[in-house]
Amino acid sequence: MNYQAVSGSGRNQKTEPLKLRSRPWAATLILIGGLILLALGIAVSVSFGAADIKLSVVWTAIFHFNPDITEHQIIRELRLPRVLGGVMVGASFAVAGAIMQGMTRNPLADSGLMGINSGAGFALAVCFAFFPNLSFMYLILYSFIGAGAGAGIVYGIGSLAKGGLTPARLVLAGAAFSALLSALSEGIALYYKIGQDLAFWYAGGLAGTKWFQLQVMSPWVIAAIIGAMVLSRSITMLSLGEDIAKGLGQRTGLVKLAGAMIVLILAGASVAVVGAVGFVGLIIPHLTRYLVGVDYRWIIPCSGVLGALLVVGADLTARMINPPHETPVGAIIALIGVPFFLYLARKERREL
Amino acid sequence: MQRTTVTSFEDARRRHGLIVLTVLAVLIIVMFIVSVNTGYIRLTPLQLLDTMLGKGTDKQELILFQFRLPRIVISILIGAALAVSGAVMQGVFRNDLADPGILGINAGAGLMVMLLVSFYPSTSAAPVYLLPVVAFVGAACTAALIYSLAYKRHQGIAPIRLLLTGVAVAAGMSAAMIVLTLRLDPDKYQFVATWLAGSIWGTSWKFVFSLLPWIVILLPYVIYKARVMNVLNLGEQTATGLGAAVGKEQFRLLAAAVGLAASSVAVSGGIGFVGLVGPHLARRLVGPKHQLMLPASALLGALLVITADTIGRRILQPSEIPTGIVVAVIGAPYFLYLLAKTKS
Repeated sequence: MNYQAVSGSGRNQKTEPLKLRSRPWAATLILIGGLILLALGIAVSVSFGAADIKLSVVWTAIFHFNPDITEHQIIRELRLPRVLGGVMVGASFAVAGAIMQGMTRNPLADSGLMGINSGAGFALAVCFAFFPNLSFMYLILYSFIGAGAGAGIVYGIGSLAKGGLTPARLVLAGAAFSALLSALSEGIALYYKIGQDLAFWYAGGLAGTKWFQLQVMSPWVIAAIIGAMVLSRSITMLSLGEDIAKGLGQRTGLVKLAGAMIVLILAGASVAVVGAVGFVGLIIPHLTRYLVGVDYRWIIPCSGVLGALLVVGADLTARMINPPHETPVGAIIALIGVPFFLYLARKERREL
Repeated sequence: MQRTTVTSFEDARRRHGLIVLTVLAVLIIVMFIVSVNTGYIRLTPLQLLDTMLGKGTDKQELILFQFRLPRIVISILIGAALAVSGAVMQGVFRNDLADPGILGINAGAGLMVMLLVSFYPSTSAAPVYLLPVVAFVGAACTAALIYSLAYKRHQGIAPIRLLLTGVAVAAGMSAAMIVLTLRLDPDKYQFVATWLAGSIWGTSWKFVFSLLPWIVILLPYVIYKARVMNVLNLGEQTATGLGAAVGKEQFRLLAAAVGLAASSVAVSGGIGFVGLVGPHLARRLVGPKHQLMLPASALLGALLVITADTIGRRILQPSEIPTGIVVAVIGAPYFLYLLAKTKS
């Protein structure tokens, strides 16, 4: 791959593909338009459901809450946390994926690769098999611990090596460790016949998102996204290759460690709330790069907005398809995402 | 420049490589003997020798020739096939994470199997002999679909595009499978889940013979193409410059890899880890040259699967642990250890 094109000297401006430039205008447009759309999506999502509620009622429920009205209760206690959970999770997965892809320069990287999803899944398999009566709160806690432990081990193994942690090594360690944990979870699930319960959790569902979950998760997520923005310039450099980043005077080890911490917080929190909706973290960064170019200062916020949009939209669809039953949101995301991603794959010419 | 040092280095590497291959082959033979002895009814090595020479009791003959041998042969074959398939994909895509699963092989086969099972009122009514056929058709169709989606006129196939397309299609299939999963009744779910976790259930000579032609033709073909793969590894532009018909060669190699993987998945379900790790281990043991790396991958894959299958039959006698699970449980720690030990 020819990265000299990035500097885009004037002479071959014409021949050089648009891919290799940053497009701040497009990015600004996406941010503003995306946020407006997201607000609309939230409004529709809150008013739509088993009981249809007028938007005006939604407004009063939020700003002039009256606990005696059932509709206000529904909105406050069920729908608002659900849609806000969707926003949080979508943004988290997408930003985590963007960071992973940028740091490792591997187009297939997403948070699932760091052992995060499989760590959480393994913790859940153990919980379902040995402590079937755990409360929801504890399930969340344990899956978060599982995600953290998974990522910690992957990262530790990657760093143990002589010559330190290379992106390639991190990705390989993540893939191997994920395979190990998934196999163990599968074994437990088969032996204790809990596969279907596990599958439902794993397929991702925003149903039953509670305020307390959001309260616990949101400060972490917000801090991590701010951290991602602070790091974004360094991630752009890393995405050009480690040697280039070092040559530009970057302390790459520090950047990678910070990036991995951010990914862990974002993905761990999200997996704990909704299960493994892995595909968001894979496709959204690709889409964003296609739209706004190669500068992670734009890619990261735009990924966040688009990821939130995708999950909120998918959740809405999941509730519409077969009411009152819910279709797993992970499946919907894949169904929306796949054709889209195929189109991008046809367009995309450049590796990261 | 200094030809002598280069050639002597090459010679040393070849010698080292051949030693590694020999050791692997010996290990496979040892595992073979252990594996034949594993099961509900034990056969001592002497009995085994007698039975092999046709002097055993009827019961011993039945156990050995009708149950254990075909299974052992199958695990060796699919191990070799999956590892080589993975090696080809990693080489062609020049991506460390490529494995047979990535081209939608496992997903396509799994989806078809699931559809087949959900059509029948109970798992006992489902025709087991149809499973490998259906799995193979699913895998081959998926691979063809991915290829045609990634194909562009005037450009042909770019590896990166094929890779992304494969991931996307596999994700779509997995999503469809999840939806189906939640609608299956628990018995059927258990059956499909066991299949997907990679159980070698095709344990008769019939399956061996259905698998054999694929392996016998495609494995040597890929190894014969080793030099081409070395050239492809230099990158597309360099390879074209050296006179390789890059697009054509990529297509041939991938078609061979798909054939190997699909025929393996058909008799064993989704044993995922072999294709990813076999080639990596081979590279660490004998270096990146495909002349040595491909045979080493084949032997490593065979060793991994036969060992895993033996362990899986041993632990929870008389029930079994799916081989795919054991493969990951023994393969992953070793792989991680190697990863931590060696320099980049």
